[in-house]
Amino acid sequence: MELNAISIGFVVFSIFTLGGGFGVVTTRNLFQGTIWLMVSLFGVAGYFILLSAPFLAAVQILVYIGAIAILIIFAVMLTRSVARIKERYIRILPSFIASLALFLILLLGVTIPIFGAHSPESIPEYVASTRNLGTALVDENGFVVPFLLASVLLTAAMIGAIFIARDENA
Amino acid sequence: MVPLWMYLAVAAALFSIGVFGVLARRNAVAILMSVELMLNAVNINLVAFWRYSETGTDLLLNGYAFTAFVLIVAAAEAAVGLAIIITVYRNRRSVIPEEAATLKG
Amino acid sequence: MEELCTGLCSVLAESGADAGLALFLSLLVGVLLVSGVPLITVILLIWIERKVAARIQDRIGPNRVGPVGLLQTIADMIKLLSKEDITPTAADRVLYNAAPLVSFASVVLIWAVIPFTPFHYGVDLEIGALYFVAIASFGTLAIMAAGWASNNKYALLGAFRVVALLVSYEVPLVFALLLPVMLAGSMSLLDIVNAQTGMWFIVLSPLAFVIFYISSQAETGRAPFDLIEAESELVAGFNIEYSGMKFGMFFAAEFLHVFTNGIIMAILFFGGWLGPLYYESPLIAFAWLGAKGGLIYLTTLWLRNTVPRLRIDQIMAFNWKFLVPLSIANLIAVSFALKLLQELGWAPRDLLSASFGELLPTTVILLIINGAMILYLLGVLRERGREARRESHDPRAAIANVGAAAD
Repeated sequence: MELNAISIGFVVFSIFTLGGGFGVVTTRNLFQGTIWLMVSLFGVAGYFILLSAPFLAAVQILVYIGAIAILIIFAVMLTRSVARIKERYIRILPSFIASLALFLILLLGVTIPIFGAHSPESIPEYVASTRNLGTALVDENGFVVPFLLASVLLTAAMIGAIFIARDENA
Repeated sequence: MVPLWMYLAVAAALFSIGVFGVLARRNAVAILMSVELMLNAVNINLVAFWRYSETGTDLLLNGYAFTAFVLIVAAAEAAVGLAIIITVYRNRRSVIPEEAATLKG
Repeated sequence: MEELCTGLCSVLAESGADAGLALFLSLLVGVLLVSGVPLITVILLIWIERKVAARIQDRIGPNRVGPVGLLQTIADMIKLLSKEDITPTAADRVLYNAAPLVSFASVVLIWAVIPFTPFHYGVDLEIGALYFVAIASFGTLAIMAAGWASNNKYALLGAFRVVALLVSYEVPLVFALLLPVMLAGSMSLLDIVNAQTGMWFIVLSPLAFVIFYISSQAETGRAPFDLIEAESELVAGFNIEYSGMKFGMFFAAEFLHVFTNGIIMAILFFGGWLGPLYYESPLIAFAWLGAKGGLIYLTTLWLRNTVPRLRIDQIMAFNWKFLVPLSIANLIAVSFALKLLQELGWAPRDLLSASFGELLPTTVILLIINGAMILYLLGVLRERGREARRESHDPRAAIANVGAAAD
């Protein structure tokens, strides 16, 4: 791995992603946890840029930082989660061992080519652009059915969320 | 160029952190946040595989489009999940999933 | 900006610098130039805003420091910098200090994609318009963090209200933004300007401009949506605990955001740098963009100083019951009409290379559709206004209303 803009970016975004992730699971204060989550997801958006998917990066920031962060903060405030919970963890040791074991297995899986797969030596020069994605999403041979289903899912989720969270007394 | 396995390793680490959060945290909001971490680890993998796969002549879009759909599902999941958490809190004054066990036999 | 960077890069490389270092340094100069424009502009903007507000309110405005008060902002900055920097004892220190920085950065970062002239821009992103929306969401998070980190109930309540306002008005903003993107067939701001060579998008979709204008007025927290600084209700709002330069950064971010939105509207709807003789010199092109953006900016100042503040429930009802349905209907109607015209062969497939003559039938038909929608809306608004007036004149109806509200 030679030293260039992409590798420096990779290291920086890795620190963001993993550091933010650690923050989410360790912090006592859930408001700070939300901010850590956003740091982590910002790092993921950076990865998307490194992997030449700028559209996904922008959508990631728009959806997570613009919408889900606000949603989580409102939920944290409405459930008074910042002040009330005293213990952070249950069954901390088994969970830690389980997740560590999972990580080691996954790491072995991606580094040792036991499944016969080889790591590609080079990356393709040409990649699909945002325009290609847009065309494919409404192409009948592409993703038009999942696209329509996704919009139905979003509408259903919106109506469901409003219906569930609605206070009948108010 | 950054080798593919490095992206996969970071995604694996992020996924494991998310698993730890889901298993160990008590607060339902924190569990939901850990689930978001896991979904994003999957997204890193999808985009990385998409970027590194040999395309030949025509352009591949599967990984790109699939990631977009995962984002949509994540947004829907967060909205409904948080709505449920708020309702449970309103009824039981608790955000700890273990305490909402009325249906347990 | 690109040619300047590559030029500087080659000069540095020839003088014996390491190639990577030369590239880094020239990119750094480019970044400093692009981010320097808004930083210098904001000093002037504050003066303009105060002068205009003063004239509207029949005052003179700042006139002591420097010629016609031009240096007043510098004096204010020195005052703010020399003030005591207070952090509340129970505040979350990191978030408290980071919030103003993020708030200001979220505005300055928008300037990275703004094309000043056909050749001078920070970067030409494929997703420029989406970037503009995404970056703005950092500002929302910064306000939330500021309100929470201050550990003050007024700050938190203020932040809640503002964030609810900002998140709501983002919906019509994005729907209105989609129209220029759709007309140009590209999210790159450079392409959007180039696509307006034949016809400005304000003519093709005036309703989208009105929606964008109203919701960006709300996004910047200006009257009649200025809940951000509702002194009379919430002491001050989310920034109540801030003092000195940290307060100044929120302040500057707001002022710069208004002007930035003016420039963005000039790019999206008024053809950016396009105007007579723009191809002669980059300076003329830049002047056109500045003039258009400045005019829109002046109208927002005018609005700010003449309309009263709305209540939060009125603002929300206006957004969700009026603006959002309107923006969706507008998007569907215009996109349907455009596609139909293209299928009939009356409209060019690609606006990027279409001339004025080719666009004339499209323009007329889209104008008729927009005009019909505006007329219908005005009718609906008049009906609603009449109803409200009738109720307020009829004492029994007013009492019934109060009773209904109490339930």
